[in-house]
Amino acid sequence: MSTVLNAKVPEGALRDKWDNYKADAKLVNPNNKRKFKVIVVGTGLAGASAAATLAELGYQVDAFTFHDSARRAHSIAAQGGINAAKNYQGDGDSINRLFVDTIKGGDFRSRESNVHRLAQVSVDIIDQMVAQGVPFAREYGGMLDNRSFGGAQVSRTFYARGQTGQQLLLGAYQQLSRQVGLGGVRLFNRTELVDTVIIDGRCSGIVVRDLLTGEITSHAAHAVVMATGGYGNVFFLSTNAMNCNVTAAWRAHRRGAMFANPCFTQIHPTCIPQSDESQSKLTLMSESLRNDGRVWVPANADDSRPAEQIPESERDYYLERLYPSYGNLAPRDISSRAAKRLVDRGHGVGPLKNGVNLDFSAAISRLGRDVVEERYGNLFQMYERIAGEDPYATPMRIYPATHYTMGGLWVDYELATTVPGLYAAGEANFSDHGANRLGASALMQGLADGYFVLPYTISNGLAPLLNKAIPTTDHPAFVQAETEARERFNGYLNVKGTRSPDWFHRELGKIIWDYCGMERTQQGLEKALSELPALYSEFKKDLRVTGTGENVNQTLEKAGRVDDFFQLGMLMCRDALDRNESCGAHFRSEYQTDDGEAMRDDENFCHVSAYNWTGDPMASELNKEQLVYETAHLATRSYK
Amino acid sequence: MNLLTDLKLKVWRQAGPDVDGYFETYAVDKVSDEASFLEMLDQLNERLIGEGKEAVVFDHDCREGICGTCSLMINGRAHGPQRATTTCQLHMRTFKSGDEIVIEPWRASAFPIIKDLMVDRSSFDRIVEAGGFITAPTGGAPDANLILVPKPVADAAMDSAACIGCGACVAACPNGAANLFTGAKISHLNVLPQGQSERYKRAEAMVHAMDDQFGSCTNHGECSAACPKEISLDVIAMMNTDFRKSKSKNRKSLSRS
Repeated sequence: MSTVLNAKVPEGALRDKWDNYKADAKLVNPNNKRKFKVIVVGTGLAGASAAATLAELGYQVDAFTFHDSARRAHSIAAQGGINAAKNYQGDGDSINRLFVDTIKGGDFRSRESNVHRLAQVSVDIIDQMVAQGVPFAREYGGMLDNRSFGGAQVSRTFYARGQTGQQLLLGAYQQLSRQVGLGGVRLFNRTELVDTVIIDGRCSGIVVRDLLTGEITSHAAHAVVMATGGYGNVFFLSTNAMNCNVTAAWRAHRRGAMFANPCFTQIHPTCIPQSDESQSKLTLMSESLRNDGRVWVPANADDSRPAEQIPESERDYYLERLYPSYGNLAPRDISSRAAKRLVDRGHGVGPLKNGVNLDFSAAISRLGRDVVEERYGNLFQMYERIAGEDPYATPMRIYPATHYTMGGLWVDYELATTVPGLYAAGEANFSDHGANRLGASALMQGLADGYFVLPYTISNGLAPLLNKAIPTTDHPAFVQAETEARERFNGYLNVKGTRSPDWFHRELGKIIWDYCGMERTQQGLEKALSELPALYSEFKKDLRVTGTGENVNQTLEKAGRVDDFFQLGMLMCRDALDRNESCGAHFRSEYQTDDGEAMRDDENFCHVSAYNWTGDPMASELNKEQLVYETAHLATRSYK
Repeated sequence: MNLLTDLKLKVWRQAGPDVDGYFETYAVDKVSDEASFLEMLDQLNERLIGEGKEAVVFDHDCREGICGTCSLMINGRAHGPQRATTTCQLHMRTFKSGDEIVIEPWRASAFPIIKDLMVDRSSFDRIVEAGGFITAPTGGAPDANLILVPKPVADAAMDSAACIGCGACVAACPNGAANLFTGAKISHLNVLPQGQSERYKRAEAMVHAMDDQFGSCTNHGECSAACPKEISLDVIAMMNTDFRKSKSKNRKSLSRS
């Protein structure tokens, strides 16, 4: 039986909802805050900002990260920038425009109220981060500089060279570190979540594994926040860091939190193409490069001359040709599919003919090498390290790769999951990006959730619990979860098969990429759904994990993560198969216009698909949240 | 793509913090020159698992040179032979067939070995916790453009803030000092207008936290040469200046009390 999902959107006009919510939200008296324990899992932008802010307010916070330091979270790798509706450039930006751009960019599959709030608090984020000392790019007069980014016609992106994610994360990390030093936050590093514990329908804490000793312990709290990032590594090859995984969100899902829109995964158009089979990950080249780089392929598919020798007349600047008003700044999903089509037709460049050119020669002659170097120097250097070619002299080769996952734990307006007491923030939730995320909006969302949303909504949730006892870690549910976790990890060690976790991960990734990647078909998805359970049962029978569970064992850690990726992969394919339309990053070949654009079906699919765990990953139960558009008008996206 | 053949790896293996370590030699063959150094180690680990042996433990994550998780002394040099490059960005095209490659963990007493090539760098976090921040609780910040930061100042702050906290500076230092790391964080915050209120307190607190855990700087400059982000030695000069000023301010306040 499916559940009716209530997003608990406050009353009032769209622009008043957040103010109305805050005006009505219950508060916890400053002296009482210390009586509440909040657990934050993950210390990226969303987790670190939430943990620091909650501790500043006076809550007792326990923060967990599997990294050696909170500063390592994958938010650090974001390059291009962070959006905010400041309108510092006076080019017509506003909260409403950022809201509309985000809804439209997400192809009308996100919740209006959440997106509008995101646009509203975006301006506070910049103020906050500047106060913390984030060295954003400046004009000579000392004011903040902005640049434009894919999917927008205004310059609203704030940036710190090509390392914006790093600088923002360090800002949040510093604020978190201050609280660690003051005793407001207890930080558990190299500690991984292995289960969540639900008692009487409420999330009562978590079970974790110490990655150095293998010890499994429980932690009880009044509320738990999952800020554990996305699941792009299900594809094996992605731009995610090697250790990014779905385990925390998935273990919460298995205990009752619904998982929403799993098939909405974003392919980023500008990554360095794969060079050989042994490759372990793909590297992103910031989308900001498309501000000054021009994308092209040889007009003649058989043209094997070096790029510099191909005359202008024999180049196809296909984004400028197909989407004249946005040109090289067309949104990510559209740019990615255009590249894929040309490469599929044999126009690819490079030794494996698996990329397209991103050419800076026009920018270098227009602006001079110095300006280009100042804007993108570190990216060019990174490209040269990896590809062994000098992008000042020859065009970069780029190709789309998995980058971000819009899907995640279902949350309501308060960022609460379907399990009371359990919240999800940042990429781990599904809320703001619909079927496609705009560039420079991930950092914005992570910080919005952590700094400006959760502190209010968590207080509202905690206030009624004042002076009520919560279950302690000797409760049978904790003991049971610990036992199950020990058995699970011992289980991986005891299979004693022949194949490593990485081998299975690579095979899993191939299936997901081939059938649930940039283009999906009914036939392909059905094939994936027949292959995945077979491979998964082989995983259970033929896995080999060497070493023991009593000290550092990265092979064992990986086994647990791959196990969860298998289950998620099945859900992704089922969701993609169920969604008989093309929208945003979800492109089903059966549903396209004559000129190859995505064809949405608002009649039947203007909803969020949220799944309940049933014990069998092939038989999750589908629930729907209907999306209502009162302010933004459902329209076909056009970037032409 | 070319294949490198006949590589000889000498890898530091150590089962835990309290046991003796040793070099184990592995022959590695047929590695693509397009592969990264860590992908070469991945291949070795796959083989070891296939042989029923424990994989070599090493820290790594983003593999884009930004998270600062990877480490390794490669042939005695922090992050290997290529300048301004983290281990994860080092590619096998830097090596040639028949090379012997010695792989060790960071060598510094403030970074104790956990297992094999993995070390504990939480001593860096302690330094930041002592003062590596601007006190700016969430909610009260003024409009961002009210704080003007001249471009050269923002650029200078960014040059220091580019530090990834990998620990190569400490590993390369003959004294195991953390002055480049600490100086970089202090310089990032102390040049900015937002950082002025806590400027001297910050320098003092962070230097003390550093001195408690790390060796002393004797101006070798190995740290800056090993730094994958090419942080300049200037940051150490700024740290020392601010530390000294902080101390003299303290003396004044003592004399008044």
